[in-house]
Amino acid sequence: MKQLVIQFLKSLRQSFQDLLPIILVITFFQLVVLRQPVPQLGEILAGGLMVLVGLSLFVQGLQMALFPLGEEMAYSFVRKGNLWLLLLFAFTLGFGTTVAEPALIAIADEAAQIAATGGVIADVEEARQSYATGLRLVVALAVGFALLVGVIRILKGWPVQYLIIGGYIAVVIMTGFAPKEIIGIAYDSGGVTTSTVTVPLVAALGIGLANSIRGRDPLIDGFGLIAFASLTPMIFVMAYGMFF
Amino acid sequence: MDALINFGGTILNMLTDVLPIAAILIGFQVLVLRRPILHPARVFVGLVFVLLGLALFLEGLELALFPLGRLMAEQLTTPSFILGEGADVITSFTWTDYVWVYVFAAAIGFATTVAEPALIAVSIKANQVSGGTITVNGLRFAVAIGVAFGVALGTFRIVTGTPLHWYIIAGYVIVIIQTSKAPRAIIPLAYDSGGVTTSTVTVPLVAALGLGLAETIPGRSALLDGFGLIAFASLFPMISVMAYAQISEWRTKRTRKTDSDNSS
Repeated sequence: MKQLVIQFLKSLRQSFQDLLPIILVITFFQLVVLRQPVPQLGEILAGGLMVLVGLSLFVQGLQMALFPLGEEMAYSFVRKGNLWLLLLFAFTLGFGTTVAEPALIAIADEAAQIAATGGVIADVEEARQSYATGLRLVVALAVGFALLVGVIRILKGWPVQYLIIGGYIAVVIMTGFAPKEIIGIAYDSGGVTTSTVTVPLVAALGIGLANSIRGRDPLIDGFGLIAFASLTPMIFVMAYGMFF
Repeated sequence: MDALINFGGTILNMLTDVLPIAAILIGFQVLVLRRPILHPARVFVGLVFVLLGLALFLEGLELALFPLGRLMAEQLTTPSFILGEGADVITSFTWTDYVWVYVFAAAIGFATTVAEPALIAVSIKANQVSGGTITVNGLRFAVAIGVAFGVALGTFRIVTGTPLHWYIIAGYVIVIIQTSKAPRAIIPLAYDSGGVTTSTVTVPLVAALGLGLAETIPGRSALLDGFGLIAFASLFPMISVMAYAQISEWRTKRTRKTDSDNSS
């Protein structure tokens, strides 16, 4: 218990250092560039304190739960030796964590609005809804597919760059054919898919797999899953824009 | 009281975010693998910490940082700030009128990336796995510099109205060239860092800046030009992380070379 408190205090100090740049930037621009007083100082201080405690708790919980869980799952799957189950797990994890992602829901609704304004779909609530849902499913499928391919890559020991660069070339080629309105959204959708809870879990899973398979290096083979998860949504969303 | 209701809402949001993950993990662990979870109490407390921590973090940002940041993005892009007192609409401008916007974009991109929880997680892991060669702060600063440059360039693109895809394609070409030259061990991590930079803290502020710019500059559409900043923020960290590895490799080689020159 005492150890936990000391750890937490350390983590608080670290979090304060992490947040210091934001405080400096905001203060500088507010006071020096814009020359405005800081509004609602009380709320800002309270909010800042919440951010500080929240970040410390998160980092603590990361080490206690998310990292060990991800690695433990990886070891168990390797010991079990059933490839199909591992692949099913990878796909489900990618699909399940993405489909409910709040940032993705927001961007899908916005995209539906754009498509409606651009005359791609009818500007009625129903059409927008089905377009937004379709987009969300497509992105979730893309992330599930990404983790699936990423896990196969770790098992086989393929170098990550061939797959990723191949994917980028596909993105560049598709950019030439996809409707103009979808390009910005497609590019952005790659960035929003990987949430704060998914990232540590997926990183731990990849490293756990690379650690438990002989001949794999955790640094070279363990990382890369997140890169796949940010690449495939671009391809899938542009394809969605081209065919629907 | 309002704050409390808000906080309840955030917790609920977090729960919908975390529950599917927990269900998938527990489902596979218990039903498919048929293995008990190690240290269940510790894991449970850890999950509660993650949930509570993220909820506090987001709620605090919503209370303190986001309103102020959005307001600043708005004020920095208003005609009267850009062209001086008395200007209501922007009619003619050069890209140099927006210097403070680029500086703000770079500074806020850097600062929010350093505080990004997902990046902290990946850096901790990278540090453990590399046996300390990659430091937690070194990686985070490399990524943050990439985001700063990317977001600043992204705002420049919106101001000048040049097409998004040319920048992205040029960036990819640089990534491909660097991939063939950079130390092999850094490549997967560099690729990953592109994806983790843009989540909870960076996206809302950067998006507000992009929309503010696209709305006030004549001839830009919020829908077509407001998007795309996030893509910049995820592309440039790949370049900066590989550059960081290349520079450290080059420096080690140089010191080794001077050492051997001296000894011979």
